[in-house]
Amino acid sequence: MQVNEHKPLIVAFCCNWCSYAGADLAGNNRLAYPADVKIIRVPCSCRVNPMFVLRAFQRGADGVIICGCHPGDCHYTSGNYFTRRRMALLFSMLDYLGIEKERTRVEWVSAAEGAKFAATMNDFAEKVASLGENKRLEDLRCKK
Amino acid sequence: MQKITRNALVEKAVAMLNDGAVSRVLGWRAGEFGYDITPSVFTEAKDIEENFVWNDFCGANFSKYLVAQTRKGEGKILVFLKPCDTYSFNQLLTEHRFDREKVYVVGIPCEGMVDIAKVKKLCGDGISAIECGEDSLAVTTIYEDAPIAVSTKDVLAERCLSCKSKKHVAYDELLGEEGEVLDSNRFDEVEKLEKMTADERFEFWQSQLSKCIRCNACRDICPACTCEKCVFDNPNSGAENKAPATSFEEKMFHIIRAFHVAGRCTDCGECSRVCPQDIPLHLLNRKFIKDIDAFYGDYQAGEEVGSRAPLVNYTKEDLEPSEVFERGDGANA
Amino acid sequence: MQRIGVFVCWCGSNIAGTVDVHAVAEALKLEPGVVFSIDYQYMCSQAGQNIIKEAIAEHKLTGIVVCSCSPRMHEATFRKTAQAAGINPYMVEIANIREQCSWVHKEMPIGTEKAIILGKAAIAKVNLNAPLTPGESPVTKRALVIGGGIAGIQTALDIADAGFEVDIVEKKPTIGGKMAQIDKTFPTLDCAACILTPKMVDVAQNEKIRIFSYSEVTQVKGFVGNFDVTIKKNARYVKEDLCTGCGACVEKCPQKKVPNEFNLGMDNRRAIYIPFAQAVPKVATIDPNACNMLKNGKCGVCSKVCAAGAIDYTQKDEFIEEKYGAIVVATGFNPISMDKFDEFAYSQSKDVITSLEFERLTNAAGPTAGKLLRPSDGKHPHTIVFVQCVGSRCSSCAEKGKEYCSKICCMYTAKHAMLTRDKYPDTEVYVFYIDVRTPGKSFDEFQRRAVEEYGVHYIKGMVGKVAPEGDKLMVHASDMLANKQLHIEADLVVLAAAIEPDKSARPLATMLTASMDTNDFFTEAHPKLRPVESPTAGVFLSGACQGPKDIPETVSQASAAAAKVIGLLAKDKLTGNPCIAHSDEMMCNGCSSCERVCPYGAITYQDKEFRMPNRTTAIRRVASVNPAVCQGCGACTVACPSGAMDLRGFATKQIIAEVDAICK
Repeated sequence: MQVNEHKPLIVAFCCNWCSYAGADLAGNNRLAYPADVKIIRVPCSCRVNPMFVLRAFQRGADGVIICGCHPGDCHYTSGNYFTRRRMALLFSMLDYLGIEKERTRVEWVSAAEGAKFAATMNDFAEKVASLGENKRLEDLRCKK
Repeated sequence: MQKITRNALVEKAVAMLNDGAVSRVLGWRAGEFGYDITPSVFTEAKDIEENFVWNDFCGANFSKYLVAQTRKGEGKILVFLKPCDTYSFNQLLTEHRFDREKVYVVGIPCEGMVDIAKVKKLCGDGISAIECGEDSLAVTTIYEDAPIAVSTKDVLAERCLSCKSKKHVAYDELLGEEGEVLDSNRFDEVEKLEKMTADERFEFWQSQLSKCIRCNACRDICPACTCEKCVFDNPNSGAENKAPATSFEEKMFHIIRAFHVAGRCTDCGECSRVCPQDIPLHLLNRKFIKDIDAFYGDYQAGEEVGSRAPLVNYTKEDLEPSEVFERGDGANA
Repeated sequence: MQRIGVFVCWCGSNIAGTVDVHAVAEALKLEPGVVFSIDYQYMCSQAGQNIIKEAIAEHKLTGIVVCSCSPRMHEATFRKTAQAAGINPYMVEIANIREQCSWVHKEMPIGTEKAIILGKAAIAKVNLNAPLTPGESPVTKRALVIGGGIAGIQTALDIADAGFEVDIVEKKPTIGGKMAQIDKTFPTLDCAACILTPKMVDVAQNEKIRIFSYSEVTQVKGFVGNFDVTIKKNARYVKEDLCTGCGACVEKCPQKKVPNEFNLGMDNRRAIYIPFAQAVPKVATIDPNACNMLKNGKCGVCSKVCAAGAIDYTQKDEFIEEKYGAIVVATGFNPISMDKFDEFAYSQSKDVITSLEFERLTNAAGPTAGKLLRPSDGKHPHTIVFVQCVGSRCSSCAEKGKEYCSKICCMYTAKHAMLTRDKYPDTEVYVFYIDVRTPGKSFDEFQRRAVEEYGVHYIKGMVGKVAPEGDKLMVHASDMLANKQLHIEADLVVLAAAIEPDKSARPLATMLTASMDTNDFFTEAHPKLRPVESPTAGVFLSGACQGPKDIPETVSQASAAAAKVIGLLAKDKLTGNPCIAHSDEMMCNGCSSCERVCPYGAITYQDKEFRMPNRTTAIRRVASVNPAVCQGCGACTVACPSGAMDLRGFATKQIIAEVDAICK
């Protein structure tokens, strides 16, 4: 069997109040996950524009995950409810266009869930790695 | 053939123009060919009597024109709206895009509009004139001596074959008979695509979207696309893009375009009508509409002025994005 | 172009152990805009901060990237450092290379590579940063309390006690609310009036407190610290400043057949009335729907007997405009209507009553002077059935009831049952319940006493039907523990009706742009950490308007809300968070999408004139964000179709630059 040389690149948008803190907690507890995961801090998951997701894929990301507070716990009371609708529809549309649905995910991670953060990232990175390179939403100009 | 006559519309328009109730009339005028009808603003009664057109090719939805037209000139503007157009009209009102007081809406019934592409498929190129009859069209081409008879129902536009409503949801006055909201099969095509494998879907959309020449006709005609400055022209948006240089940009434009009108799209079908490349753009919009209906309950944009579009709304019990692919109804298999 | 300094922290070995910090500093030197890059053992130490300050001065830096621990740890520290060295604190970005890098990736090359990428992303962002200044707004040092029940009273007293002016707006002619109608209070059984009315008097006598009774809020404009409120003082046809509350007018009023709201219609009052003896303000009010003089000009008795000359039949509604720095909502609750609960025969029999009616029946100032008598025939009831959860915890029949637990019913029913048995030992008392929920200090002991010492029959099960038969009420019920059907011949049935927010709450929430849940209870800014604040800045929640509550809980929340108000009013100026949304008017469509997703009501619209092509002008509706109210979540930026709405500090361009830097 040929070894897949490709190292996946994963962009994780994390809300400042819960998921980013959850990621910090994973760090505090030294819970390892692949370095392929790069976190971008946003005030709330509802700050994530579908354009950001597409942009990440365009520039070479193989997976995009959006993490926010659990529904009902949003620091801004309702932000993640909007995220939930927007991303449910966006991801469904990407799937409709034939883009692998395993490349996108929304996960609710609280500030206390360091373990969940690490586990989520391990799982997501593994799934994305198994899909190989992102070909269906790639922009050849952005290839290295 | 339309049930309401041209005369009825002309009489109404002329009467209102003459008594000063309106200062302008938004109607249809002949274009270069008999079938390419152009939206036009009439200010003279004589002009209306001579040049106003009403036939099976008057598909254009006037709602969006009101955004620009209500900003111009004095007095009210008379607009003729078919049932499906009135949904766009309400949606624009919901979004405060124009002043309702400046518009006088005459609702007119519609029996469905003809898709010229279908006529051309049957009769070939070189069409010089089309006469709209009761159930048929008489198509004169430069190659044939006698006009070719085409049954109207064979050449109806896709959007009219799956018409969702013959009922006006907004008007000041109705001409002709009012219809009803219909049971439409408009999601059949979307379902067909959903049942395909991801690879097949990708193949389908790749081949469709790669036809896109980014003429922006779909955006420019769309009554939900009324931004002062489009996100695709906004250098700060990250989506700024003038031409699809790669397959990514083809998809990006259409995904973002559809997403921006998601929950606001009334499914009027204008995007597909004007697409010079015949890309079935309505299938993107309808996917969102279908998903919204399935995930958050039935919602028809434009049915009610002031209704809350699904993407600016939520419930605490909403479906999780992960559940989108776990539902057992065959969609997103 | 920015002049960026990069400062890579070792954090002892915390970072340096798995990240080659020197390599990171060297690699980041090559990034666009970077003019200085260095690594140091402890960047957050005084020495480390001095390195930053010196570099700012020496290299004329305009932006700073610190590659260190999480921004949640030291972002504030480094912002202060930057500010002390003369650059805007918001020109600092942190690359989190400890918690999100060195601590989770054990191999040096991997950690180093990732740290460089995170650094690049931060540099890309700083390149697009702009100096931000928090907005300041003044604070009007006066609070408005809407609702004059025990919640509003306690809040007002506490705020006034801290030295701030408070106005109470109460729609009824007197303050006091529901507590004034209650007879005894659990679990101590002291009389409600004895503990409430002194507080009402305190309110009346407090120089800092003004009471607008028989009044309502009709308009709220402005924002935290600067609310403009319109209060409508309904005409009571009595001059408040002249009326002495002597009651002569009430005594002489010939219109005697007006149902008395205070006693829930169980007796009558006059057309001119004072709701109860200890009313505050103790001023008469004329009911315009009952008064003959106001209806057809025939009477005028009260005017004749009023020695103070306080009656004024020509009085009109008055509108008062006032400024406030904070608003407290204390609109309270009501029992739900029993109209839809036909199975309990509430509308068929006078002897089926609600618990609040039972309170009035047992109250010495009530329609029966405190004697427990049947409303139908005035006889003493020998068998009383209490039904709990009428309309509460109603999942299947949510149409007519409420899904939530009304929380107070278990305790007051135990109180009613105990008091009945105490006063009338010959009376058999049954209580039907789903569960008995009595958490609270001395609550469970109280309920157990009702069972164990007072012999109240507690039966787990629901009442299916109450059927009037002769002068009795047949109660058909099930005993779930004994698994059998029960038929009880009762004289009186008392329904523990669910409670719901007052009907005035919904329109008030709209005025305040404060959010509500589906049950019309006001929502808190955070269910755990900010329970007495509304998400709308400057709006606070007191009492049952936020959720069902008993008196002790209401008073606690009322005082908590007051503390929050005092904290706000004590400030001379409010400093905002500069990372907030702003709209580009040239691009805005005025479509209202942003307004609809804003949890704070920070977005308003204006019609503005714009120059259009061809030298024309057009009036366009455009959004503007109130910087004092916006909290910077960014929901609006995605809802905005044109991208006119953007977020300072997390601008679309900045986030995209980060994405690009990471994916490069």
